Amino acid sequence: MGNYRVHVTIENKPGISDPEGKTILNDLVLKGTKQNVSNITTAKMLKFTITENNKESAQSKVKEICDELRIYNPMVSVVTIDTFDA
Amino acid sequence: MNVGVIVFPGSNCDRDMFHVLSDVFHMTPQYCWHDKPLPENLDAVVLPGGFSYGDRLRAGVIAAHSPIIKDVKKMAEKGIPILGVCNGFQILVESGLLPGVLLKNDSLNFMCEWTNLTVENNKTPFTNQFELNEKIPIPIANGDGRYFVDDETLKQLERKNQIVFKYDQVVNGSSNQIAGVCNEDGNVVGMMPHPERAVESEINPHDNKPSSLIFESLLNNMGANN
Repeated sequence: MGNYRVHVTIENKPGISDPEGKTILNDLVLKGTKQNVSNITTAKMLKFTITENNKESAQSKVKEICDELRIYNPMVSVVTIDTFDA
Repeated sequence: MNVGVIVFPGSNCDRDMFHVLSDVFHMTPQYCWHDKPLPENLDAVVLPGGFSYGDRLRAGVIAAHSPIIKDVKKMAEKGIPILGVCNGFQILVESGLLPGVLLKNDSLNFMCEWTNLTVENNKTPFTNQFELNEKIPIPIANGDGRYFVDDETLKQLERKNQIVFKYDQVVNGSSNQIAGVCNEDGNVVGMMPHPERAVESEINPHDNKPSSLIFESLLNNMGANN
């Protein structure tokens, strides 16, 4: 058994408007000095620490938790999961 | 008529709802705490507005896992009328009792203002006293009120007559200006605007009668069943 850090990034599916990202782009970044930024989208990241047999089971266990408890809403969001040794 | 008003940590429209149910429409409401079983003698259930669990993670999602929601689901299956207002709507959506999801308003603002609804479905226990397309002046008060469904689900909602209320203009970026929907059977209704803030002439500068019909529809529904 070992400890693993599992990072779950929750973001909107493509095509769903993200007004926060647009505001950061239009009202902050493009009003500054960098004009070559074309898009910004926001996401929420949850960082789990979990004890499991191996990295793969740590990742699948966290995915299971996210699905079971609707940590993300599948109607509107997708998740990306990255796992690291703690 | 016995109506359960479910209270979660962070609910803040429960007392307004209780007042309206008891003092204006002469029903018999009772508060139901989220971690206790729902009484079995209820004729209807209301999930009031507020900020359950401080909207943490996502509005309504933590409350949707409360023990009482299992009982709400059982009552929904039995056909008992269930109304979710604002945060109550968000909880019904996150618990899977209603389709879709409520996202942050397009403006990113907390919106507290009067809107106009049109009635799109007058067959539910909360809309049976309306004419189709009747207008309702009614206030909204939310930060996460943008109703979203994917195109396929939207077509399904239209086909099955599950869109109950629409805003009569673009308010917050909701899909098709949807302000309220119901389940396939029509007994579970969720809406973002607050009827409990619009049924008394003292606090409604427009017309309090249309919002009153939401509660009169419930009374009528019960009368028809008894």
